[in-house]
Amino acid sequence: MGLAMRLLALALHRLAWFVPTLLGLLLVTFVISRVIPADPVALVAGETATPAQVEALRRQLGFDRPLPVQFADYVARLARGDMGTSIFTRRPIAEDLAHRLPATIELTLAAMVVSVLVGIPLGVLSALWRNSLLDHALRVATVSGLAIASFWLGIMLQLLFAMRLGWTPLNGRLQGFPPRSITGFYLLDAVLTGDWPTFGGALLHLALPAATLAFPALATLVRFTRAGVLDVMQSNFVLYERAMGLPRFVIVWKYILRSALTSTVTQVGLLFGILLAGAVVTEAVFDWPGIGTYAVNSILRSDYNAVMGFTVWAGAIFIVVNLLVDVTHTLVDPRERVS
Amino acid sequence: MSEPLLSVRGLHVDFVTDRGVALVLDGVNLDIGPGEVVGLVGESGCGKTTLARAILGILPPGAARIRGGEVRYRGQDLLRADPIAVNDRVRGRGITFIPQDPFTSFSPVFPVQTQIMDLMKWKSPRAGNGDGAPSPFRRYPRERYRADREAVLDTLRAVQIPEPARALRRLPHEFSGGQRQRLMIAMALLPRPDLIIADEPTTALDVTIQAQILRLLRTLVKERGVSVLFTTHDLGTAHEICDRIVVMYAGQEVEAAPTAAFFSHPAHPYTRRLLASVPTPDGEIRDIPGEVPSLVEPPAGCRFHPRCDYASAECRSARPAPRMRAAAHAVSCYHPVDAPPGSDA
Amino acid sequence: MSSSKGASTAVWFVLRRLTRDRSALLGFALIVALLLAALLAPVLSTHPDDVFELHPSERLRAPSRAHWLGTDRMGADVYSRLLFGARITILIGVIAVGASLIVGVPVGLVAGYYHGWVSDLLMRVSDVFLAVPQVVLAIAIAQTLGPSLPNVILALSATYWPWFARVAYAETRSIQKEVFVESTAALGASPWRLTALHVLPNIASPIIVRASIGMGFTILTAAALGFLGLGPPPPTPEWGRTIAESREFLPDAWWYATAPGLAIFLTVMGFNLLGDGLRDVLDPRLRRTHTARDE
Repeated sequence: MGLAMRLLALALHRLAWFVPTLLGLLLVTFVISRVIPADPVALVAGETATPAQVEALRRQLGFDRPLPVQFADYVARLARGDMGTSIFTRRPIAEDLAHRLPATIELTLAAMVVSVLVGIPLGVLSALWRNSLLDHALRVATVSGLAIASFWLGIMLQLLFAMRLGWTPLNGRLQGFPPRSITGFYLLDAVLTGDWPTFGGALLHLALPAATLAFPALATLVRFTRAGVLDVMQSNFVLYERAMGLPRFVIVWKYILRSALTSTVTQVGLLFGILLAGAVVTEAVFDWPGIGTYAVNSILRSDYNAVMGFTVWAGAIFIVVNLLVDVTHTLVDPRERVS
Repeated sequence: MSEPLLSVRGLHVDFVTDRGVALVLDGVNLDIGPGEVVGLVGESGCGKTTLARAILGILPPGAARIRGGEVRYRGQDLLRADPIAVNDRVRGRGITFIPQDPFTSFSPVFPVQTQIMDLMKWKSPRAGNGDGAPSPFRRYPRERYRADREAVLDTLRAVQIPEPARALRRLPHEFSGGQRQRLMIAMALLPRPDLIIADEPTTALDVTIQAQILRLLRTLVKERGVSVLFTTHDLGTAHEICDRIVVMYAGQEVEAAPTAAFFSHPAHPYTRRLLASVPTPDGEIRDIPGEVPSLVEPPAGCRFHPRCDYASAECRSARPAPRMRAAAHAVSCYHPVDAPPGSDA
Repeated sequence: MSSSKGASTAVWFVLRRLTRDRSALLGFALIVALLLAALLAPVLSTHPDDVFELHPSERLRAPSRAHWLGTDRMGADVYSRLLFGARITILIGVIAVGASLIVGVPVGLVAGYYHGWVSDLLMRVSDVFLAVPQVVLAIAIAQTLGPSLPNVILALSATYWPWFARVAYAETRSIQKEVFVESTAALGASPWRLTALHVLPNIASPIIVRASIGMGFTILTAAALGFLGLGPPPPTPEWGRTIAESREFLPDAWWYATAPGLAIFLTVMGFNLLGDGLRDVLDPRLRRTHTARDE
C-alpha cells in the first residue's frame, strides 16, 4: 500500500471514531450538567426567584422535556453548528467561542514556539555534555518544571516581574486599543499594520502568560530530546560515522538530531494538547480573554450550555490534533514512507 | 617485511565493569604491512574487536581506558597525536572501517546518497587537507562534487551494485544485507585508504553470501594494494582471504603466521586446539576443555596456562615474549609444539 | 511463577538498586517529610489551633520568630496551617490515585484480555475521558457536585482512572503475545489463573510507576481545583485555596503566596523523583517509550 493510501486509511479510521467519541463526550458532560445537580434551572434562576419564575425559565430553556429528547435536540442543533445560547452572556455560544479563540491560540502558539526553539537545542546540548554542569542544572530545572503548579508559577512571576520590578503589565492581553483585526492575533496584526507601539504592548502582555504556559512544556521537551539524543548516540551508524572521522558537528546536528527528532515531532504534537489544557488555568491567573477563562467562568456560573459547547470544541480539537500528530509521524519517519 | 604500515606495541586497554576493572588487552603487539590482508582470529571476548576499535580510536570514552602502549600509523603514534588532526586526516582517510552489522550502520532516515556524499565531502581523496579543524562553513565545490560522484558510481559498479545512480537515491532499508555490506565496502574504498579495519564483516550475513562478499573484498583490496585488518571468530573465513593470521586469546596475541604455515604448522597449543575443534566432515567436534578466563582477575603470565596441557611454572609467572619459529611465523609460548596438527589428541 | 520468596527477593533487589539512585532517595526523603508533617502536624506546628481560631489583630505579619512563615489574612500562622494542609494533600492524593487504580486496572485487564467489542468499547470509553484535558473535566465534575473534599477526590478519580486502564491494557496485550502465555492457555489453564500467575506480576511494575507519577499529577490538579475555589471550603487549610486567598494581598504579603506554593512544589517533586527512580529500576525500557501523553 502506498503512503497516500495508508494516510487515507488512517484518517478515515480516525474520523470514523471521531463522531462516536465526541458523542460519548457529550453524553458524559450532558449527564453531569443535567442529572447530577439538584436543579440546574433553580441554580440559574437564583435564590430570589419565585417557583413560578423558575417554572417559566424551565419551559423557556426547554428543561421540562424528557432527558433523551433534550440530548437528541442538542445533538441535532450541534450538527447545524448551533451550540445554543449562553445563559450568562445571552449570545450564541459558538459566537462567544469564535470571538475568544484567537487569544487562546496566540498564547498557546507563543508558548509552543518558545518551548521548541529553546527546548530542543538545550536537550541536545544536555545529552552531548552529559553529566556536565549544564546537564545537571538542566536536569534539576526540568524535574522542577514538572513539579511546579502552573497557577502558582504565574502568580510568582506576576509578583516579581509585574509588581516588584514593573517590567511587564500585571494581566490582560492589551491596554488600549487592539490593532486592526486581520488575523485576530494581536502580534501578527500589529506587525502587518506596522503598529509598533501596539506590538510592543502586546508582546509585554504576552510575556508572562506565555512563559508560565511554556515552562512545563519546555521541561518535557528538554527531557525527551535529551533521552532521544542519548538513545541515538548509541546507534551503530553513529559509531560508523565516528570511525570514519566525520566531523562531530555533522554527526550531531545532522544525523543524530534528525533521528532523535522523529520521536520529538510526535512530542511536539502532543505538547499542543497539553498546552491547551494548561491554558485554561493560566488564562484564569492572567485574566487572558481566551477560551480557557470562558470555560472556567461558565463552569463557575453554572452556564451549562456554554460548558457543553466548550467541551465539544475541546474534544474535537484534541481528536484532530492527535490525528495530525499521527499523520506527521507517518510522514516524518521515512521507514513508513515506503511500504 | 618492509616498514609496517601499522604497528601496535604493548597496548593495554582496561574496561570498567560492574564487577571491577577488566584487563581486556594485555600488552598486545601487532604489525600490518602495506597491501597485506591480516586476519585477527579468536573466540568471542578475546579482545579482537577491542583492538580494532582501539586502533580506530572509537572505544567508549566512559568505560574504556588505554593504559599504555602505542599505535603507530606511518610512524606516527595515533594515541599521542592531536585528536582533531587524527580525526580529520587519519580516520576515514588513511584508515577506514567496515562494520559488523550492515543493518544498523546506516542512518535510517537519510538516503544512501546523502551519507556517501557527506563522506566524500570530508574524506574524498580530492579534498585538500584543509587548515586546522573542519568548519561547518566549509563548502563543497561543484567540480569536486561531480568528480566525487563519478568515483562513487564507479566504485558502486565495482562492488556490483546494480543501477548505481538509482540505488543512490534509495533509503538503506531498501537494500538487502549483502547489498548494504557491499555499500560499506565501497565506502571504505572511496577515500583511497592505506588500511581497512573490517570487524567481522560477514558475521551478520547469510552463510550463502558470506563467501561472495569475502572474495569481492579480497579482489578489490588486492587490485588497489590496500591492507586489511580483518577480525573474525571463524577460521574458515580467515583461510578464505587472509595473507597472514594472528591468533588472540584472552587479550593476548599468541601466534602470528602466514596463512599456509598457520594451517600446516600451528605451534601454539591454543592454536592447535582451535584448529582441532573445527568440525570435521564426519561431524566430530573436539572442544577445548575449560573456560575462557574472567578478564577482571585473569591468570598471571600466559593466560592460556590453566587450559594448557604443556603448562609449566614459567607459564604461570611471566607472559612469554614472541619468538620467531620460521620466516614471519611468531609464537608467544614457552612450549611451542613442533609436530604437525592433529597428532595430539 | 513468582512464589512469595521470589517476590520478596525481587522487592529487596529493587530497594537495593533504588538506594543507589540519589535523586530517587531525595524524592523518598521529601515524601517521608510530607508524611511526617501530616502525621505529626499537631506536634510540629507552633500554633496548632490556628486552623480554626482567628486572630484578626495579627493579620498579615511578616515571618518572625513567633510566626516562622508569617500570618495570613485571618491572623493564622501560615506554617501551622501548611502542616495541617499536608494532611489534606496526602488524603486527596492517596484516595484519588487508589480509587483510579482500583477502577482502572480491572477495566484495562478485561479490555486487554478479551478481543471483541467488549474490549473496543471499554477502551473507547476511556478515550472519551481522555479526550478532554483532565483539569477541565475535573473542574466540571467538581463544580457540579459542589466544593468539598470528597467531591474533589471523586472528580480526580473519575478523570485519572483511564491512565491505569491504558497501562493495564497495554501490558496485558503485550504479555498475551508472549509464547509462554499462549502455551499455558493451550494447556487449558483458566483465564483467572493465567491472569493471577502471569499477567499481574508483570504489570505490577508499570502500575507502580504510574501510581507514583500519578500522585504528583493528581496533587497538582487538586491544588488547581482548590485555587479555583472548588476544593474543600474554609477553614480547611488546603494549599491551593490558600494561594487563591493570598492574591489580593500581594505584593506585600509575599510569604502568604510563596509558602504553600513551595510546599506543593516539594511534594510533587518528591513523588516525581521517586517515580522516575522506580521507573529506571523496574523497567529501563519504559524510559524510552514514555511519552508526553503520560505527564
